[in-house]
Amino acid sequence: MSENFNHAQIIKDPEDNYKILGTRPVRHDGVDKVTGRAVYANDVQLQGLVEAAILRSPEAHARILSIDTSEAEAHPGVLAVTTSADFPDLGDKVANLGEGPVNLAHLAANCLAKDKVLYKGHAVAAVAAQNVHIAREALDLIKVEYEPLPVITDALEAMKDGAPLLHEGLLTNLVPGGGKAETPSNVSDHHHFKRGDTEAAFEAAHIVVEREFTTQTVHQGYIEPHAATAHWNQDGQLTVWASTQGSFSAREQTSEVLQVPISKVKVIPCEIGGGFGGKIPVYLEPVAAVLSRKCGRPVKIQMTRDGVFEGTGPTPASFMRIKLGVDETGKMTAGEAWLAYDTGAFPGGVIGPGVMCVFSCYDIEHANIDGYDVCVNKPWTKAYRAPGSTHVAYAIESVVDELAEKLEMDPIDLRLLNAAREGTKRVDGPVYPRIGLIETLEAAKNHDHYKSPLEGPNRGRGVAAGFWFNIGLKSAATAHVNADGTVTLLEGSTDIGGTRTSISMQLAETLGIAAEDINPKVADTDSVGYTDITGGSRVTFATGLAAVEVGKDIISQMKGRAAKLWECEAADVEFSDGVFSQEDNSISFKELCAKLNTTGGLITARASVDPQGFTNGFGVHICDLEVDVETGKVQILRYTALQDAGKAIHPSYVEGQMQGGSVQGIGWALNEEYLFDEKGHMLNPTMLDYRMPTALDVPMIDTVIIEVPNPSHPFGVRGVGETPIVPPPGAIANAVKNATGIRMTDLPMSPPRVHSAIMENGNGTS
Amino acid sequence: MRDFEYKAPATIDEAVTLLAERGSEARVLAGGTDIIVQLREGLKEAGLVVDVKKIPELMSLTWRDDGGLDIGGAVPCHVLYNDTKVVNAYPAITDSAKIIGGWQIQGRASLGGNLCNSSPAADSIPALIVESAACRIAGPEGERHVPVQEFCTAPGANVLTEGEMLVSLALPPVGESSGSRYMRFIPRNEMDIAVTGAGAWLRLGEGGETVEEARLALSAVAPTPVVADEAQAWLQGKPATEESFAEAGDIARKAAAPISDMRGPADYRTHLVGVLVKRALNGALGRARGGDRNPVTPSGINLC
Repeated sequence: MSENFNHAQIIKDPEDNYKILGTRPVRHDGVDKVTGRAVYANDVQLQGLVEAAILRSPEAHARILSIDTSEAEAHPGVLAVTTSADFPDLGDKVANLGEGPVNLAHLAANCLAKDKVLYKGHAVAAVAAQNVHIAREALDLIKVEYEPLPVITDALEAMKDGAPLLHEGLLTNLVPGGGKAETPSNVSDHHHFKRGDTEAAFEAAHIVVEREFTTQTVHQGYIEPHAATAHWNQDGQLTVWASTQGSFSAREQTSEVLQVPISKVKVIPCEIGGGFGGKIPVYLEPVAAVLSRKCGRPVKIQMTRDGVFEGTGPTPASFMRIKLGVDETGKMTAGEAWLAYDTGAFPGGVIGPGVMCVFSCYDIEHANIDGYDVCVNKPWTKAYRAPGSTHVAYAIESVVDELAEKLEMDPIDLRLLNAAREGTKRVDGPVYPRIGLIETLEAAKNHDHYKSPLEGPNRGRGVAAGFWFNIGLKSAATAHVNADGTVTLLEGSTDIGGTRTSISMQLAETLGIAAEDINPKVADTDSVGYTDITGGSRVTFATGLAAVEVGKDIISQMKGRAAKLWECEAADVEFSDGVFSQEDNSISFKELCAKLNTTGGLITARASVDPQGFTNGFGVHICDLEVDVETGKVQILRYTALQDAGKAIHPSYVEGQMQGGSVQGIGWALNEEYLFDEKGHMLNPTMLDYRMPTALDVPMIDTVIIEVPNPSHPFGVRGVGETPIVPPPGAIANAVKNATGIRMTDLPMSPPRVHSAIMENGNGTS
Repeated sequence: MRDFEYKAPATIDEAVTLLAERGSEARVLAGGTDIIVQLREGLKEAGLVVDVKKIPELMSLTWRDDGGLDIGGAVPCHVLYNDTKVVNAYPAITDSAKIIGGWQIQGRASLGGNLCNSSPAADSIPALIVESAACRIAGPEGERHVPVQEFCTAPGANVLTEGEMLVSLALPPVGESSGSRYMRFIPRNEMDIAVTGAGAWLRLGEGGETVEEARLALSAVAPTPVVADEAQAWLQGKPATEESFAEAGDIARKAAAPISDMRGPADYRTHLVGVLVKRALNGALGRARGGDRNPVTPSGINLC
């Protein structure tokens, strides 16, 4: 790697003396990726493969009166047509599919609409044909009769009495505590947490700030559209090639939607061109499978870009009201949050984490939180990098900034005064283990960026903190030790962020060998033990832990071989730094590998883990920007992201996560939004008009990695992938306030919005 | 997308014959950066695609004896902005050539194609209008010449009739003390379609302190690119100052009749006309006084 590359500053734990961890080896899949040999889902080619296309609803809310596919079926070159009539009836079956319970009827009805379409772009039918052009022609021949229903796209409107209902019998889940509301509504979940006496605490507070915020629907924007290929063999065995964040989850979902035994489904994960949470649910896999069953050929479906925007799960729009009180010293005494997120077409959105994250950076004694998931006629929302947290961080960090102004306090000092630390109890219950928010805030305060003066008209600086959980879940790994001293590692975590390498490095560190001597493979569901999704910032933590356990098993088995060679007890063999020893005997890992075949054969080791020691990730971002007050356009001038990574296994990938997350957050803050017309039709389902940042829109994102080890992981790993998207909208809003005197309470802070706010505020700068 | 025939004639006559024979099912392919996307997305259909890049006149830049320039209809953008003589003579045009798509697109896309696609938001058209460009059109009835400002008739529509094709764009010789600038506003710094665009050209009077003549054209604020007649007339004889340019910007807003869409609300677009006209006039003034043809912001972003 080039010496000139601008590496992150790393603030290390003083105990740290690893050999492999913290270095930057070339990624194992690098050559395949840069030469184009890596196989992505749309690259799959099979004998007899045919292509399919999806018919999508032109209505945002309508009853399907009839579907006539006869003309499409008769079209030359068409091999099969399917609708939801080909899916089994799932009733109201609920299954736990990795990250939480999923209503299978909703999952199936989202793949192909049943009696109603609930959003524009909802899949209604699919055609398999000799090529995709014929399949698309045939879509025009399918006659669907719709009875349009009233369309509702705003969560607050959908919560009102008398609002048109998307799901007639939907009763609100009451969380925690369980139970359901008595009257049907569009509200799928109501979360409520309360502690202390907020009323009295606000009464006694020195300053109270209360503000309302809105954000719009945004998409993960992965560069690779969803694609899947299915081959339903005559023996009933179904093989699926997919672009998925979890091959086992895709297998379970496909098996449940089609009601075929899980043993009959094999999912082969392909390389994945971005997911960010959006490639956890299945959309295409069951549809391709049914088409394949009907025509006896392997069927491939790739979504179009507008299909991705209109038919897959973005992250919700939100309305948030935040109230925060402080005493004379700036200590936060009371907090109140009222949050409504839209879930899109079906129940089950991301209000849960929103509620848990809203006050998660701070220690607040009296707090009251209400959060609602609300169904509206938009695509079914799904996870997007720290799902639900970016919304609330934007709101709370704006309010904290305003309090700092009113208190005439440095905004980092105010955060330091109130920061969550080991032992702080979150409002929803959990008590923090050792966390690194304080260290991260201190690193921000001491950073050259924060200490450098910012000069020039219409320029401003903002800071914001952000939080995201890590999850544990299940992971497995299997290793084969080769006679040449290398190790083949099979694992089941689809590699989105360089995890082949971050997992291999942990095995290499355990074995005392080079990262390059590990040969990692992401295996299919028949070839490796059960592994949950790549999500929740868990893979380097949990699958890494499985690799460490595999390493320990290898060492233990190899100690036995050394004992055999030296005619001693295995318990007397020591292992350290890649060398086995006993009294005067010693042999390196590599040398012993060469003797495995003559001492009982080559070694295989495996581990399955379900770790509970997952932790929390905190980040702090600093942003300088300039506002063109005549046009309302915001230009980011300098941006620094700081984060507690526990231990950065491969610092380049940690930096990459921090930079990538920051850029996605910047896009969310400045320009990204779904624009809908009054009929609920998305106006901008293209990369041209759904404006994600380009390389020219962001400066180089500086990064600082802080290492406060997670005590529950042998190497101290914390998940790092999601936290970086959380702080940017808050940091940018605070910088815009600093630059113009105007507090932007609606996202995105797009040029027309900023300009109109400037006009309303009399063009004043503060 | 349906299958179509592809032909790449070597002469204008051959191309015109093909286009005339096949009528409305024939489509011209220059850089292809619009037509290929439109065919693929089903926005247009074609039975025959006529690639004009094998015709020498369509691919050449020719400086005429009178000092003016003929730009072949299929000359890609990068050829224009990498030619110092063109950049110095017609900077508004190279401003626009530099921002049509990204680098890869600019390797193929042509001003002729941008004009014939006739989008109301086309970047090159206001620039061509203020530089007084004229279209040389070949057709079954022979050749005709149409000023660029009369070329577009509605969104996606223009004066070309069946069998006709754009051969080249003719630019007049550059006079003394003149300069031009095209600017657009986009929410990002690249890869966007203009929310509003403004081209400005001016010639200074003796002493360089007053505007002797000005031309202003706008994009994305009407069904076709429009000339801001009143504002450009008002500028005549006015001092070449920020105040005059701001006032010209205000007057130019009257020429705008934008719609609200996903690229911006109508009132915001009208507001931007004032800002961009002022800024484009300032840029044109700097160039008329011999200033930089390639202004770049401190953050490295090319403002053009």
